Amino acid sequence: MSYILIIGAKSDIAKAVAREYAKHGYDLYLAARNAHELHKFARDISVRSQRIVKILELDIRDFKSHHFFYEQLEEKPLGTISAVGYLGTQYKAQTNFHELQRIVETNFTGIANLLNIVASDLEQRRHGFIVGITSVAGDRGRKKNYIYGSAKAALGAYLSGLRNSLHGAGVHVMTVKPGFVATKMTAGMDLPERLTAQPEDVAKVLFKAQQKKKNEIYVKSVWRWIMMIVKVIPEWKFKKMDI
Amino acid sequence: MYPKIKNRTFVFNDQDALKSIIAKPHEFIPYGNGRSYGDSALNNNIIYVKPYNYFIDFDENDGLLQVQSGVLLGEILEAFVPRGWFLKTTPGTKFITIGGAIAADIHGKNHHHEGCFSECIKEFKIMLPDGKIVSCSKETIPELFCATCGGHGLTGIILSAGIYLKKIRSKYIEQTTIKTKNLEETFNTFEEYYNAPYSVAWIDCLAKGSQMGKGLLMVGNFKKDNQLDYKEKNKFSIPFHFPSQALNNWSVRAFNWLYYNKIKEKISKQTVDLDTFFYPLDAISHWNRIYGRNGFLQYQLILPKNNSQEGLSKILKIISDSGKGSFLAVLKLCGKSNENYLSFPMEGYSFALDFKIEKGLFSLLDRLDKVVIEHHGRIYLSKDVRTSRQAFEQGYPQIEAFRKFRKRHKLGLKFQSLQSKRLGI
Repeated sequence: MSYILIIGAKSDIAKAVAREYAKHGYDLYLAARNAHELHKFARDISVRSQRIVKILELDIRDFKSHHFFYEQLEEKPLGTISAVGYLGTQYKAQTNFHELQRIVETNFTGIANLLNIVASDLEQRRHGFIVGITSVAGDRGRKKNYIYGSAKAALGAYLSGLRNSLHGAGVHVMTVKPGFVATKMTAGMDLPERLTAQPEDVAKVLFKAQQKKKNEIYVKSVWRWIMMIVKVIPEWKFKKMDI
Repeated sequence: MYPKIKNRTFVFNDQDALKSIIAKPHEFIPYGNGRSYGDSALNNNIIYVKPYNYFIDFDENDGLLQVQSGVLLGEILEAFVPRGWFLKTTPGTKFITIGGAIAADIHGKNHHHEGCFSECIKEFKIMLPDGKIVSCSKETIPELFCATCGGHGLTGIILSAGIYLKKIRSKYIEQTTIKTKNLEETFNTFEEYYNAPYSVAWIDCLAKGSQMGKGLLMVGNFKKDNQLDYKEKNKFSIPFHFPSQALNNWSVRAFNWLYYNKIKEKISKQTVDLDTFFYPLDAISHWNRIYGRNGFLQYQLILPKNNSQEGLSKILKIISDSGKGSFLAVLKLCGKSNENYLSFPMEGYSFALDFKIEKGLFSLLDRLDKVVIEHHGRIYLSKDVRTSRQAFEQGYPQIEAFRKFRKRHKLGLKFQSLQSKRLGI
């Protein structure tokens, strides 16, 4: 069966997504930094689903390696899912260029560079899909995390353009905005239960929506309404708010 | 749910992370998927085990499955029913972790033949207070095995387990439903159908007088039609808490009447899928909300066979006189007890029922406790949130051995639940 390539495969969301696709009969390429840490997880999937799981080393910020990375895949993936994300530390990124660079390169430039390569292959094959996981933080910049948010906003714009560009070739691009998710990245934060999804929920919703070729989804629909309100607050008011 | 408390949650991805958590100067209790009805998995600091959920290995030859302790029974079914394997023992919900199944030494509808969950365990790995990981089977370290199975997380953090699955040839169950008129007939019918692999009875707990103990006995066995395409079903969800008055004597009476009378024949046969047979409530998310915001608790007791008729008659009378009690009242004939210090089942009748939290409930339950103790029975720790130390101790004669074990290995300094403190376990 077809392969799905998951980049940023060590995140909790990526793992749930990997299990979901394997459950539906897909084989997997799991790519991440220090990918050897994924061996036990790969075994988990093959015991559960009896699918083929291949582990690949990928540093999303090592731009030069991306061509080779994609070349080495013997069977090219039907779908590529990016779950790469780095929250970083806002206050640090305001003064420290390396932190700023790391946030932007991880959340945007690196992903865009790799997806450029994937997209051109899919365009030629006129077949396949790309899913990018962005964030509600990209819908509007807030003082708490606007550097992360702006990188995610850039990824959002990139995906929307890519969707437009690949449409003619029959290649589908989907944008996913998870909202709060109970993961390692958010461990210790006091998240409101009704707004918080489990990684497994994200995976289920993502899989279904991708199969139906949805364009842009929020995992919990309540987030669509929340962000609609957040987006319409006038700037003169928004700048005074503490949210 | 009851009680509701605030706590700090610790999560781990690997053994080193867990080791540094339990090195902290706190006491902890492991917490799986939060389906214990009482306070056995609650405390100020909980170690959340569910995310530790890798499948490790499976051997097609003997059905030995190795998994980390956070894996849910439902995940095992999803992966293995299509390949013709099923759990040797399963409780009435598949939303519990393997660690929880071991810690409660759960039992199911086949207890009279197959015993508790500990019977299917080849071995498990457990982390002790000093961070040491021990591999334990009944043969290698019997004491640790018997303390941990049924030990409600008070002996360490279970990390992984090797359990045997059993072969099945269908996802369907051939079910026979037998309508009974009173408690005596219910008991006799259990005996009559003893050979059936799975059996359980629903009892109308508000029926009085000559009809007391009437109900529906359901027995079943797997079919052999090679239909194994097992998929997750869409769940129905209770969207909000019902007003707490919604569930009252009259609504329960009405439900019970409908449930009992929808079956017309004395004996009838049905084919149902395994989810319907084993996990009827799993099909409804947030079903607890029908009990209203104050929540509910479950009370489960077991009496030795000889005393069951007399004891259960008294218990049913107290409940039906009080008018409390709900539509979920489940009776089950269990098989022999095992050697684990705190396992619940013994040879006799187990009876479980839900109560909405309301005024007068706790004194009613104290009266039930008294009847249980007088008839040499006990109540199930996984469901308990309120019993007295005295009632608990009389029901569990091996508690002193368990306490000594805990003391000798300094387990009490590290692993405590609200329940263990309440009952001095």
